[in-house]
Amino acid sequence: MSAPLLKVEDMRIALASSGTTFDAVENVSFEIGRGEAFGLVGESGCGKSISALAVMGLLRSPLSLAGGRILLDGQKIQNASAAEMRRLRGKRIGMIFQEPMTALNPLSPVGRQIAEMFVLHQGASWSEAMDRAEDALRQVRVPSPERRIKDFPHQLSGGMRQRVMIAIALACGPDLLIADEPTTALDVTVQAEIIDLMAELCAAKGTAILMISHDLGLVANMCQRVAVMYAGRIVEAQEADAIFSTPRHPYTQGLVNSLPRLGERAKHGRQRLREIAGVVPSIQAYPTGCRFNPRCPAMTDICRSTAPEITALPADGLVRCHHHG
Amino acid sequence: MKLGKFKLKGGTSLWVGGTLVGFVVLVAIFAPLIAHTDPVLDANLMNAEIPPDWEFWFGTDAQGRDIYSRIVYGSRISLTVGVVSQLLNSLIGITLGLTAGYWGGWWDDFVSGLTNMMLAIPSLIFALAIMAILGPGLSSLVIALGLTAWSYSCRLTRAQVLSLKSQGYIQAARILGYGDLRIMFTQILPNILGPLIVIATLGMGTAILAEAALSFLGLGIRPPFPSWGSMLSEARDQITTAPWLSVFPGLAIFFTVLGLNLLGDGLRDSLDPQSTTRRA
Amino acid sequence: MLSVLVRRLANVVPTLVAVIALVFLLFSVLPGSFISGMGEDGRTTIDPAVMERMRKEMGLDDPLPERFAKYIAHTATGDLGTSFRTREPVTYLIGQRVWPSVKLVFGAMFFAILIGVPLGFLAALKPGSLIDTASMVGAISGLSLSQFWLGLMLMYLFALQLKWLPSFGYGDGGIQHLILPAVALGVGPMALLARTTRAAVLDVLNADFVRTARSKGMSEPRVVKWHVMRNALVLVITTIGLQFGSLMGAAVVVEKLFAWPGVGSLLIDSVFQRDIPTVQGCILLIVTFFLVINTLVDLAYVAIDPRIRYGR
Repeated sequence: MSAPLLKVEDMRIALASSGTTFDAVENVSFEIGRGEAFGLVGESGCGKSISALAVMGLLRSPLSLAGGRILLDGQKIQNASAAEMRRLRGKRIGMIFQEPMTALNPLSPVGRQIAEMFVLHQGASWSEAMDRAEDALRQVRVPSPERRIKDFPHQLSGGMRQRVMIAIALACGPDLLIADEPTTALDVTVQAEIIDLMAELCAAKGTAILMISHDLGLVANMCQRVAVMYAGRIVEAQEADAIFSTPRHPYTQGLVNSLPRLGERAKHGRQRLREIAGVVPSIQAYPTGCRFNPRCPAMTDICRSTAPEITALPADGLVRCHHHG
Repeated sequence: MKLGKFKLKGGTSLWVGGTLVGFVVLVAIFAPLIAHTDPVLDANLMNAEIPPDWEFWFGTDAQGRDIYSRIVYGSRISLTVGVVSQLLNSLIGITLGLTAGYWGGWWDDFVSGLTNMMLAIPSLIFALAIMAILGPGLSSLVIALGLTAWSYSCRLTRAQVLSLKSQGYIQAARILGYGDLRIMFTQILPNILGPLIVIATLGMGTAILAEAALSFLGLGIRPPFPSWGSMLSEARDQITTAPWLSVFPGLAIFFTVLGLNLLGDGLRDSLDPQSTTRRA
Repeated sequence: MLSVLVRRLANVVPTLVAVIALVFLLFSVLPGSFISGMGEDGRTTIDPAVMERMRKEMGLDDPLPERFAKYIAHTATGDLGTSFRTREPVTYLIGQRVWPSVKLVFGAMFFAILIGVPLGFLAALKPGSLIDTASMVGAISGLSLSQFWLGLMLMYLFALQLKWLPSFGYGDGGIQHLILPAVALGVGPMALLARTTRAAVLDVLNADFVRTARSKGMSEPRVVKWHVMRNALVLVITTIGLQFGSLMGAAVVVEKLFAWPGVGSLLIDSVFQRDIPTVQGCILLIVTFFLVINTLVDLAYVAIDPRIRYGR
């Protein structure tokens, strides 16, 4: 495989809370190739969002990057200076967030917020930039873009706002787009449109995607490779098809099994939805040994005492479990 | 949350403020034991206008009275003004707020109109007008101040009632057979108690400052009673000959109000720990 | 914009009328009216018959609602009645005093904004730093000061001891005379503005859209300039508007202390002299002014925040 675009090695994020520090995220490693769509899946609180923020250098106290390396095109960017990170943000890495309503400045027309990118990174004049903002809106398939650029965020629907965010993030043709739960706050009908739009635009421009979501189905559809996070660790990573057809980690298996499937009722009659028992542990109270052990159906003594090592799987996969398979 | 090197959480304000206020309260309670002389009667013209020295810690005034003792006794007046006026404020505010939110309709409109009107008149001027009618003195002062600042507790209470209403708590309680009064006491009051105490604490500071201003204008507590405000009004003319007459009462007011403000801030932060709106 | 203005004014007028009514009511029960006071203070003895005639002349015998209605009617045409004391039109009396009061109030607010807002801003941009702690301690102290005591202390230090500034009076209207009173009056609002600005800016700095701005690769100064300032401004402007109210209340005291010939000192004097028409006129003016300021603040709000302009 050619040199990856983004390489995260053994990343550790610390959380400072009432005097002590906890490891919110540890031993997280993954790679994203040029133009590749990579998915990071997990429940709320597993650390996927803050991992993305760490890549962007946007962690704020009490969170901080405490270890590991982050390489963009072979260059170390973890703990880079503020000026260096600024050069990367927007230009080489774009990011879109979960809540489009609060992610946009309510007092500024959306066209202007897109135009900022051109003024900032490409030295365009404001009038030039506004024209290009109109084009950007057209690219993300917002109807009547020439009128929309003057609108304020609250005048647009949730789906439109997210399109604006995509336009902003992709404005300067970045190498990597980080999408942190971009469709969670949207209607189901709109979700598919947005995902398709993102996939299409990124494929056209050769932009890699880091897709973060709690929705395994969504991610597996869109991405080539998927990693599953639980309680601050990556517990499994495989190609998308494989993770669906042969999940190796009990947690992943639980996730896959919990997806209601079309046609199941016809085949097997009415059944209870399958869930994973228990709740996600809080950062301050991670279980010893394998962090999933309180909820794991395959749990044995060794799971409580020793944290499992990483086992390599075919096609650059990995799993972290004593009883994988 | 620790912010950089200097830890300014609600905690610090609470301690410092509480200590200051506690100190003033103790002074007021033990005034007869702490003061050196009677604040009103011990006036010896032979001792007029002596600057601070070993006998008269804060000096004496034009009538030969010991400033230190007057300030000590003055704490009683200030605290009384503060506490009673705030009790009155809270009482009026809660009553109006509860009834307005609860029964709604024209009464709610009326109370809202009343509140708007109160907010349009600067509170000092309103207190001034009432003092003009009632005449000077401690009781009229307390009433006047008690009538000016009720709008905050009123708004708070009304908002709480409306919020509970919209969440269905009140309807549920009614279905269970609770009487209106019981609902008010068991459901609404516990929720507003915290913010109410904050409002009252901060309001005490404002009341004490208002007392000083009104007494200075001649409409508050008149000499020879040793309210800190009236002491300042007496001191104004002697500013060149006896500056210490102005300094000490003013400092007393400052530290008391500072203590109340810090305490109020600290209470607010500990009740609602949102780090960004802290110390707002 | 216009509809907001109209709606706002529609709110203001009833409030104004209610205030006038309240003041009217209050002072109609004032014990010892001016008429009897004239006889009591011993300076002039008045024949009861003359007193009776004066009462009729001033319409003091008419029933309350009638007097009130007449007052409103007169006020609408700009006639605020005649001063009991000087027999001059109240409008004239107040008119002479308006400009000094305006100077004082705006001077104080100018001082407050000039120092308070930037201080709050800086404190928010560097939370926990020395400047943050120092300005917040300073702010809470400023709020705890008695404004006229501060004025007295300033007067002592700068006028009487150092002799840099005149100690009281309006003088020739020059800025020298304005400094001490304006500073004494402005310290309180300045303190509150510093705190409010700090809170508003901190709030905005932690908002999602500021995170988006940073993710665009914007430098922090740019983020502040392009995104933070306008959003924080809204809360600051509201505070400024509200502060005018308490400022005018405190101005009464500061005017008396510094012998400043403004509406506030006229109000006090009239209260003591039981010159009711003048008292009513002063209060009316002050409240009107405050309501106008608040309406302007509302309009500024609308101008800045498009969410209100276009409705939800």
